Amino acid sequence: MLKHTDNIIEVKNLVKKFGSFVANDNLTFNVKKGEIFGFLGANGAGKTTALRILSGLSYPTSGEVTVAGFDVYKEGEKVKKNIGYMSQKFSLYEDLTVRENIRFYGGIYGLSNKYIKEKTESLLERLKMKDIQNSLIKSLPLGWKQKIAFSVAIFHNPKIVFLDEPTGGVDPITRRDFWEMIYEASDSGITVFVTTHYMDEAEYCDRVSIMDQGRIEGLDTPGELKKQFNAKNMDEVFIKIAR
Amino acid sequence: MRKIKYILQKEFIQIFRNKTMLPMIFGIPILQLVVLVHAATLEMKSIDMYVVDKDLSSLSHKLITKFDFSPFYNFSGVSFSIDEANEAIEKNQADFIIHIPYGFERDLIRENSTKVQLLIDGINGMAASLIYAYSSTVISDFNRNIIVDLTQMPAIKDLNPIAVETSYWYNPELNYKTYMLPGILVILVTIISMFLAAMNIVREKEIGTIEQLNVTPIGKIEFIVGKLVPFLIIALLELAFGLVVGKIFFHIPIIGSLWLLFGFTIVYLLVVLGIGLFISTISSTQQQVMFICFFFMLVFILMSGIFTPTESMPTWAQKVNIINPFYYFMRVIRMILLKGSGFWDISHEFFSLLIYATIMLSLSVWRYRKVA
Repeated sequence: MLKHTDNIIEVKNLVKKFGSFVANDNLTFNVKKGEIFGFLGANGAGKTTALRILSGLSYPTSGEVTVAGFDVYKEGEKVKKNIGYMSQKFSLYEDLTVRENIRFYGGIYGLSNKYIKEKTESLLERLKMKDIQNSLIKSLPLGWKQKIAFSVAIFHNPKIVFLDEPTGGVDPITRRDFWEMIYEASDSGITVFVTTHYMDEAEYCDRVSIMDQGRIEGLDTPGELKKQFNAKNMDEVFIKIAR
Repeated sequence: MRKIKYILQKEFIQIFRNKTMLPMIFGIPILQLVVLVHAATLEMKSIDMYVVDKDLSSLSHKLITKFDFSPFYNFSGVSFSIDEANEAIEKNQADFIIHIPYGFERDLIRENSTKVQLLIDGINGMAASLIYAYSSTVISDFNRNIIVDLTQMPAIKDLNPIAVETSYWYNPELNYKTYMLPGILVILVTIISMFLAAMNIVREKEIGTIEQLNVTPIGKIEFIVGKLVPFLIIALLELAFGLVVGKIFFHIPIIGSLWLLFGFTIVYLLVVLGIGLFISTISSTQQQVMFICFFFMLVFILMSGIFTPTESMPTWAQKVNIINPFYYFMRVIRMILLKGSGFWDISHEFFSLLIYATIMLSLSVWRYRKVA
């Protein structure tokens, strides 16, 4: 289990300012290889900002950030080869079919035609979406779209996948399906970095960090956090911190 | 490079799946071509003439008949009062007044010289000068015949010591359509390609897919090339289509090499698409793109020389035209189609645009930021 302790994300004194507004105030944390890392916080606490920096969409104002062993300032493109990303905003092309979306994203990650074909087949099989593979994305319900978006985000077998509120607005059953997919990905060795508002989902994570006003106020396993804050469940922990 | 293939594939699927796109790309331009070529003409076909004949002599009658025979003139009224005639001009019922004073015939016979007054509505300067030119021709023609009639010398018919014979090269009939169609084609091709390219990236920004692309290891150059090539191909098809329509409906001459024309068009389109992509990278909504494109388009078109020769513009305007892509293509398409100019005739425009394209494309690659 030596590998499990290796850090795949290392963040030291990360600061991000927008003008005089401090969105991320001196964040320091590590994410271990293979874990499911929950990134919690109220709206506007700075989760998405931090996530965008980690996935190379925005530069930090100061601090050291390494993702998959690469510096996000200097080796951004190398970081991008090793990560998957699913944004809050829906990111598949509505006017392309399920299959076309998968092929396009597979293609721009530089995967071979043959690999894309084979993996698409097995993916559609697993998602039970064979019948709708040629339907346009816009004709599908939100839950299905989110599942496809997640599959596309990990299609190229990244080392880490960043999920920004992946289950927002999704029904409870689909949410459970979705978390099963997250576990599957985790089992196959992908580190999962997920932001969420649902406290039951926080319980599914190996470790959880809770942000408030740009700072990390708590970071541990859900069990330890509950002990630390003397709370019955994560809901209470969250309210005690973010209140 | 393989990644570009996937971008192209995706762009083409999206373009052809969009139900309004194809009619917009091929239907509307044809409509515009057919309508505009007929409408955007400077020929004067029906000049409204108001006659004030105070002489009422046979000669004055002859002069008026001369105008009447010409297909360009319509009679809008006759009066003895110049005030009434002026009123007709003020009410826009007449374009000009021909005023024949009392004693017109008498003076001509006795003193060998006489006077006619033309009063032309000068609001539209261009039309006014055309009316003047047409009418002077009619009067000088009348003049020559009068000399013959009055002197009763048949031999004098050959008395034109210096005969100016005009022949117009490259467009012998001065067919306005032949001149306008290539110009309108330039505008159509440019509008389609610039708007489509500029709207495209900004649309991905609006729907949010650009983020998903920005987290991939896709190269900036690959991205720009992938976005550019589809519109380049569509614009070339558009030009080909327009030329076919021009040939069939307007019989425009195609004297020069089509290879040269399309080769030049590719360089031209690189400039236009480069500008479009650049606008797209600096804007965040389609609305902004529309406003910026519309502004530049309007200025560039009016300065391009489609209606008025650029040589008659002030020097500063001619200097501004260095950055006006329309200006280059407007010249070159007419040169190649109507004159049959070869590569060396257009090499200046060709290399200028090549430099321009390099600058615009570098700018858009540079300005396209994967990291905010």
